[in-house]
This record gives sequence, structure tokens and C-alpha cells, in this order.
Amino acid sequence: MLSIKNLHASIEGTPILRGINLEVKAGEVHAIMGPNGSGKSTLASVLAGREEYEVTEGEVTFKGKDLLDLAPEDRAREGVFLAFQYPVEIPGVSSTNFLRTAVNQVREYRGLEPLDAVKFLSLMKEKMKLVEIDQKLLSRALNEGFSGGEKKRNEIFQMAMLEPTLSILDETDSGLDIDALKIVSNGVNQLKSADNATIVVTHYQRLLDYIVPDYVHVLYKGRIVKSGTKELALELEEKGYDWIKEEIDSAATV
Amino acid sequence: MSTLTKQDTFSPLLEAATDNFNEQRTLGKESFLSQGLPAVKEEEYKFTQISRKLEKEISDFQSAKPIELTKELVDQSIYEGFEGNVLVFNNGHFIPELSDLPEGVEISSITKKEDLNLGSIAKPEKDTFAALNLASFQDGAFISVPKKTQITAPILLLSFFKANFGQVVQPRIWIESGDFAEVTFIEQSVLLGEEIVFANKVVEIKGGLNTKINYYRLQNEGKQFIEVSNIETDIHQDSQFSAVTISLSGNLVRNNLNLNILGSNSVGNMYGIYLLNGKTHVDNHTNVDHTVPHAESNELYKGILADHSRGVFNGKIFVRQDAQKTNAFQQNNNILLSEDAVINTKPQLEIWADDVKCSHGCTTGQLDEEALFYLQARGIDKMQAKGLLLYAFAGEVLEHIETESFQAYCTNLVQERLGSKF
Ligand SMILES: Nc1ncnc2c1ncn2[C@@H]1O[C@H](COP(=O)(O)OP(=O)(O)OP(=O)(O)O)[C@@H](O)[C@H]1O
Ligand SMILES: [Mg+2]
Repeated sequence: MLSIKNLHASIEGTPILRGINLEVKAGEVHAIMGPNGSGKSTLASVLAGREEYEVTEGEVTFKGKDLLDLAPEDRAREGVFLAFQYPVEIPGVSSTNFLRTAVNQVREYRGLEPLDAVKFLSLMKEKMKLVEIDQKLLSRALNEGFSGGEKKRNEIFQMAMLEPTLSILDETDSGLDIDALKIVSNGVNQLKSADNATIVVTHYQRLLDYIVPDYVHVLYKGRIVKSGTKELALELEEKGYDWIKEEIDSAATV
Repeated sequence: MSTLTKQDTFSPLLEAATDNFNEQRTLGKESFLSQGLPAVKEEEYKFTQISRKLEKEISDFQSAKPIELTKELVDQSIYEGFEGNVLVFNNGHFIPELSDLPEGVEISSITKKEDLNLGSIAKPEKDTFAALNLASFQDGAFISVPKKTQITAPILLLSFFKANFGQVVQPRIWIESGDFAEVTFIEQSVLLGEEIVFANKVVEIKGGLNTKINYYRLQNEGKQFIEVSNIETDIHQDSQFSAVTISLSGNLVRNNLNLNILGSNSVGNMYGIYLLNGKTHVDNHTNVDHTVPHAESNELYKGILADHSRGVFNGKIFVRQDAQKTNAFQQNNNILLSEDAVINTKPQLEIWADDVKCSHGCTTGQLDEEALFYLQARGIDKMQAKGLLLYAFAGEVLEHIETESFQAYCTNLVQERLGSKF
């Protein structure tokens, strides 16, 4: 479904990603871990199409299409969804209007009829249950004044509404208490199917107890330096990143 | 070309002054001649080089004669959805035959009301263009809403402008309301023909006690329209006055809006939105003068500037020594969409009373790129996402329009302009 080959990206001339290779197949869950500043959010942003990042080398195909060639909105319409690490507050734009616009534009792209107000509201009700998000929250401006946890929950709610084929969750677990974490994970798990895939970026193994990954990758200095199964996450939890850093940094100096 | 001097350039206008209000006209003329046209460095017109503009664009400094105007054209021009009474102005002249006069309101040509103390509210010495208008206006309307009269349907002031043996039009309107009166005015203007027109407008509004007056303006006449307006209102006790000014196009527009709060327990509101593109220049100079205790003023202007457009906002708030317990709020926010667009914004507060609440703030920024990306990442088209964000920024001003049809009409225009209509 997603194939990343030798991806290099930089921001304002500074290389951040230095040769990422990753294959994600339908039905899989991949976890990406790694120390602060290693490039996890950058990778997520490049996949979603943020313009500040310049791809200097490599290629990304998504369902056979050149992903890097598409505008951010077309990537979303093709089925890429990024749950932001820091969701943006947008005063003056109502959550409901925003979502209805988004859902209908995505539907239009996929050749589906737009949802009328009634159908949209019933879809909303159904998905709200999934992440146990409060109606009151959605009657406010988009993310405005939402708590950290509410923002994260709203991201997953939007994901549920848009039904993506590839979801990238960038530290959706940070800022969630254990109950919220369970609810959000449960939502993600219910949306999982044999046809879609999930990439979870996280610092904490805790999340991976709920969203169980098929693969775990460690990103360091813009490269995937280690890949394994969910046991790797446990090892990282126990030992931290230093042993990996040492391995890589010493190899680099040889 | 020689620079404009008040004597020669404006003499055709001054000489053609009609034979009425002679005392006031003399005052106006003297005041205009002593003030002259704003010099390049004149503080009040520093960012709006009106003299240079007039020199460049206007060749025929005479009052444009009325044109042929049909009922059909009038009907076509009224904004869609309007329900109420229409007063028609033809190059500044009030045309009762084409108007649809509201019941219970006294309305006539201003020239029929010689006992009016014109210039007593919009004083000629305060602004040279107000003085010029007083000296040489041709016609306009007198509107009086009697005591305890609530005019529920809005009154549309529909003005047609066209260069016609002259490029200058100087409308003058006097509005007065008795105690407990309520009325809403909506200004809409139509520019006909290709030639540039200079409109120099004065509106004086004298409220009674416990009155409620709304004055809404839509400025969308296109790039051949140069306008200076002086709108000034006296607000008396227990009253509310609200102005909403929507500027969407024009060549150069200067709005002087002055509120004199003369009675306690009253509220003065000034709201504005300006969406500028091309080389449009819009300057909003507002002034609220708190002279008595326990009154409130609210001001919110929002601007979006694209291309080479230029905006000016200057908000003066005077709180006189007697005006204790004043609440004055002022805010001006701008988004610049192009590197060539310019905004000059300046709050000017003079507070002589000590027990007051005043707040003011102005911001100028760009479109929030993070927010734009967020919306795009949810599948929303970039242009529409921009429109959504811009409307979210500016749209709140329109919420202050109480006339539903006008609010809907303006919302539609604004959304169309911002690309947020879908
Ligand atoms: N706009 C920018 N300008 C310069 N450097 C940037 C910019 N954005 C990100 N970086 C740098 O890129 C590197 C990778 O950042 P990124 O946010 O991808 O890390 P991360 O792995 O997501 O970290 P965290 O775990 O803290 O979220 C960091 O060193 C960061 O400082
Ligand atoms: Mg990050």
C-alpha cells in the first residue's frame, strides 16, 4: 500500500530525513519510535504533504500512485490521514462545518454523493460514540480551547469520519490519561480492517499494549536504524535508546 | 500639471452653490478656503493622498447633473432580498418620484428645510471636505423620524452616480429622530458609466432620547469611484447607535465616522470590514467622543488586503474628564495576503477621566499556514481552505448587521470574494 524508498527531506536547507525505507501493506500496523528530534513528525508531515519540507531524494508510492506528486488535499482524498502531534486551533471555523466540508470533498473525489445534513449528522453521531467525544465539543470552533486530550480525541474522531486507508498517528497517545488512551485505542482498533493500515508514532510502549503493532521501527537521525516486532518496543522501554545510539554512532565513526 | 489650489480648482463648485442656506454656506466656504486641500504631510490625511488623487483623476470639477433614471433601473439595482422602503438619489439629488416613502417619516429634499442648522453636527472646521460640501452641496435629503415611531422595515438609501457635465457629486443628508424612535438605514451606491466620479458626502444624524439607530453602508462601486464621506452623529441619553461599514471595492475611499456621545447610558458601535484587492485604497478614520459618564463604545474593524491594495485605520477615542465609568473597546485586525499590500493602523486614545475601562488593540498578520495545512490535510481544497480561514477571521463583523436580508446579502458577497462559498 505504502512504499517509501530512500526518502531524503530537508527543511530550510537542513537535511532531516536521510534515506528512509519502509514498506507498509494493507492490514498492517507499524510503530515508529525514536528519540526526540529524530525525524518522526517530519516523516509524517512529508507523507501528508506539508510544503515547508523539501524532498531532495527518493520516492513514495501509495496504492501505486506517486504520493509526492499530489497536493495535500488529494493525498487526504486518496486515503492518507495524519493525526497531528499538535492539532491546530482554528477560531471561527465550526467543527461541524469543517467536517462536513471535508467529508463531502473527500466523497466527491471518491465519486460518492455528498451527504445531506441529516445523513451527515447521523454519521457523526455514530462516530462520536466510537471515541466517546462530547457533542458540546463539536459545537465549538475547531480545537479552540480544547484540552490536549480533547484535541487528540478529536483527531481520532476525524479519522473515523474520513475513513482513511492509511492512518498516521503522530503521538496521539501523549497527553492522554489511561482511560482516554483506552478509548482512543479502542476507536483505532475498531476502524482497523484488512484493507487499511496504520502507522503509530509513539514514545511509549504503553500504547502498543492496546494498538498492537506488527512491526516496530526505530528512527534515529533521519534513518530507520532498527526494525523488529513488538518485543523491540519492550526492549526500548526497558533500556532506552542509548544502546542503539551508541551502536549507530560508533559504526558511523569507523 | 500644477498642484491643486483651492481657489482655482474648486471655484466652479463654489461658484455654482445654490441660493439657500447662505449663512451656512458662507461658513463652509470660509472654512474650506482656510483649510485648503490636505497637504502631502497633513497629519489627518498622511496615508491617504487625496489631493494628489483628485489632481490626477478628476478633470472636471463641477457638480454632475442628474441623469436619466428609470424605475426599472432602480428596481434592478436594489440588492436582492431587500424588504423595506427605498429613497433614490440621482447624483446626490433626492428623487421622491422614484422613491418609496415610508409611512410616518417626514422626508423631503434637504433644500426645502432652510431652518436646519446644517454643519452643526459635522462641523466644517473639523474636515475640509465637510466644509467643501457645506459650501457647495446641491441637494440631498432631510429625514425625520417622529417621537415614539419604530420603523421596523429598513430604509435603503440608494444612490446613483455618473459623471455628467461634471465629475463631482456632493450628497448631503440630515437625519433626526424624536425620542424613543427606532430606524435602520442602509446605504447602497451604484456607479454608472466609465468615467471616474468623486463623491464627497456628508451625513448628519441627530438622535433623540432613548433612540435606536442603525446605519449600514455597503461600498462596492468599483475602481472608478473616489469617495470621501463624513458621517457624524450626536447620541443622546439611553440611546444606541450602530454603524457597520462594508468596503469591498473602490478607487480611493476615505470614511470619516464620528460619534459624539452626549448622553449617559448610551452605546455607540462602529463595525467595519474591508476586503481590498487591486489598487483599492480604503481609509477608515473613526472618532468617538465620550463627553458624559456611564456610556459605552465598541469598535471592531477587520481587513483583508490583497495585491497592491492599501488600508488605513485610525481610531480615536476621547474620554473627557466628566466621562467617568466609560467603557470603550476598540480592535482592528488585518491579514495581508500579498507582500505589496500595506496597512497603516493606529489607535489614538486620549483619556482625561480616571475611572474608565478602555481597551484597544491592533494586529496585522498573514494567513495562518499551519491552519491552512491542517484543513488541506483533511481533504479540503486549498482555495476553499483559505476562504474558510479568511471568512472565519472577518465574518464576525457581519454578525452585527441586524437586518437579515442585508446580512445575508453581504455574507454572500464576502464569501464569494473570499472563495469560501461552497
Ligand atoms: N521548521 C524547522 N526548521 C528547522 N528545523 C526543524 C524545523 N522543523 C523541525 N526541525 C528539526 O527537525 C528535526 C526533526 O524534528 P521532528 O519534529 O521530525 O522530530 P520528532 O522525531 O517528531 O521529535 P519528537 O519526538 O520531539 O516529536 C529536529 O531536530 C527539529 O529541530
Ligand atoms: Mg514529533
